[in-house]
Amino acid sequence: MSSSSAKLPGKPAEKSTGLHVGAIRPGVPKVDPIVTIDNVSRKFGGLVAVDVEHLEIPRGAITALIGPNGAGKTTLFNLLTGFDKPDTGTWNFAGKALAGIPAFKVAQMGQVRTFQLTKALSLLTVLQNMKLGAKDQRGEKLMFSIFPFLWKAKEQEIEEKALELLKRFKLDTKKDDFAASLSGGQRKLLEMARALMTDPVLVMLDEPMAGVNPALTQSLLEHVLALKSEGMTVLFVEHDMHMVRHIADWVVVMAEGRVVAEGPPNEVMKNPAVIDAYLGSHQDTDLGTVTGRITLPTKGKK
Amino acid sequence: MDWSSILSNTAQSLLSPATMAFALAALGLAMHFGFAGLLNFGIAGFMAVGAYGYAISILSFGFEWWQGILVSLVASVIFALILGIPTLRLRGDYLAIVTIAAAEILRLLFLTNAFVDVTGSADGLSGYHNSFRAANPFPEGDYGFGPWTYNNIELWVLVLGLITLTICASLLLLLMKSPWGRVIKGIREDEDAVRALGKNVFAYKMQALIIGGVFGSLGGIIYALPSSVNPGVYVTSLTFFVWTALLLGGAATVFGPVLGAVVFWVLQSFLSNVLPALVSSGILPFISSIQASTIRFILVGVGLMLLVIYRPQGILGDKKELTFVK
Repeated sequence: MSSSSAKLPGKPAEKSTGLHVGAIRPGVPKVDPIVTIDNVSRKFGGLVAVDVEHLEIPRGAITALIGPNGAGKTTLFNLLTGFDKPDTGTWNFAGKALAGIPAFKVAQMGQVRTFQLTKALSLLTVLQNMKLGAKDQRGEKLMFSIFPFLWKAKEQEIEEKALELLKRFKLDTKKDDFAASLSGGQRKLLEMARALMTDPVLVMLDEPMAGVNPALTQSLLEHVLALKSEGMTVLFVEHDMHMVRHIADWVVVMAEGRVVAEGPPNEVMKNPAVIDAYLGSHQDTDLGTVTGRITLPTKGKK
Repeated sequence: MDWSSILSNTAQSLLSPATMAFALAALGLAMHFGFAGLLNFGIAGFMAVGAYGYAISILSFGFEWWQGILVSLVASVIFALILGIPTLRLRGDYLAIVTIAAAEILRLLFLTNAFVDVTGSADGLSGYHNSFRAANPFPEGDYGFGPWTYNNIELWVLVLGLITLTICASLLLLLMKSPWGRVIKGIREDEDAVRALGKNVFAYKMQALIIGGVFGSLGGIIYALPSSVNPGVYVTSLTFFVWTALLLGGAATVFGPVLGAVVFWVLQSFLSNVLPALVSSGILPFISSIQASTIRFILVGVGLMLLVIYRPQGILGDKKELTFVK
């Protein structure tokens, strides 16, 4: 299996516990929620893409959002970040109601997202990509932009910060290359690093590991864990169950637009509803034995 | 064949009001398309707003020439707002369709007989030069040398055009080197990504549309300064000639559009002089000299096609960018 299940060197991934209040059930209240969602629904024609009665995302923890394809995970992401508008419902981020707030303002509040299909700004250099993420650059205002002395100092500051982050993500040697010349995995790293330039409070990653090789997955995992240790909240959509088990403190399972289960990873994955809707009954069996094309001596693990 | 007159006519177009008008309009398009990724196919509309705004405010309202220019600029800002508010939230292709339609609507409004008192209908407008010529700082006489000999009125137009062009090009250069320009280029690449980083994409696109529109309208004014305003000029093909100049020089550059406009006009005037001469001296068979002078437009079309296929980054474009054409 993939090496993502390997132990991270020297970093015992400590799980946050005691995040919820009361018995675990879909919509259970959290001790310290950063996002609260109430009755949010979104229909595409006759299809109910998202219909969430109540959901709270715990602050300072890593929450995984899982579910089958078409469960409404990305749609929920879009609704939360203002990229799409729900038909009904209210939702709060850090105590502020977000209904009707445009996407760019949501981002300014400290809720930053990445995209399932990586959005590197191809014909900008890696460094320009990074600088674009920075906040409070007066030079981005039209009136100030033509007077370099008004924004040069800040620009220097931003550049230092960008270079530091690039070093952390091992992209510093690529800083002057067009983002288009990066590999798929490097673009994922760039997108995450660029998101960090905004000093976010909540980082929302849409399938950060999709199409990334095992070795890079491991380094991305470390980066996600580092976000948590720096005090950020992480919410991510992912299909790689090893990763979910490994780093998530809390798992929310969606199916057909609803939250069908939530809880700490090990407990959620034993939930029969989750196994039925998403994991399938063969989750720990080698695919070869499922399809019957390869016979392996199973150790009765399932 | 009279080579000296052919070459002299060609040399004149190096520095003419038309060349500078094209350069300004192409700079506007560079802002729109090259940097912000806005597909504006209505640059002729912006030029018409400039030219008519200038002429009408002088003829109908008795303004001074510089007041006429200000009126034109305000009008082009309003035109950009009217275009942008409904369309900038949509995908880029919609802007292309709307701008081409808006430019045509505008031209037909200037052409219709309903407003003949103000717009002059098909005859256009002329005779608005008094105030501008009265402000001429150059005393009467001839200036320059060889093919570049001008009287004081022509010189005044050229100097004003050059000043405008210099200001616009410097402004664009400053803007695109600033963090504002970085956001604009980011929007060209992927506006959702830029939105996710907390930038008000709509406002940036609107600012880019207005700035480019103002450049286009200044181009229209320079075009109209020496002679007259004629509705037959501001047709869709003017838009595509300006596009040709832009792509020729390099869309995502500042000096490219200027160089492109110069090359475009030099070639145009060379071909329009040399082709009829070739026919009359019997070198080009089967066509009349009138047909010969229209062949240049066919050549422009062929040139544009070859350019887009084989050198999409233009003369001054970044060669690395070519490798990654989307």
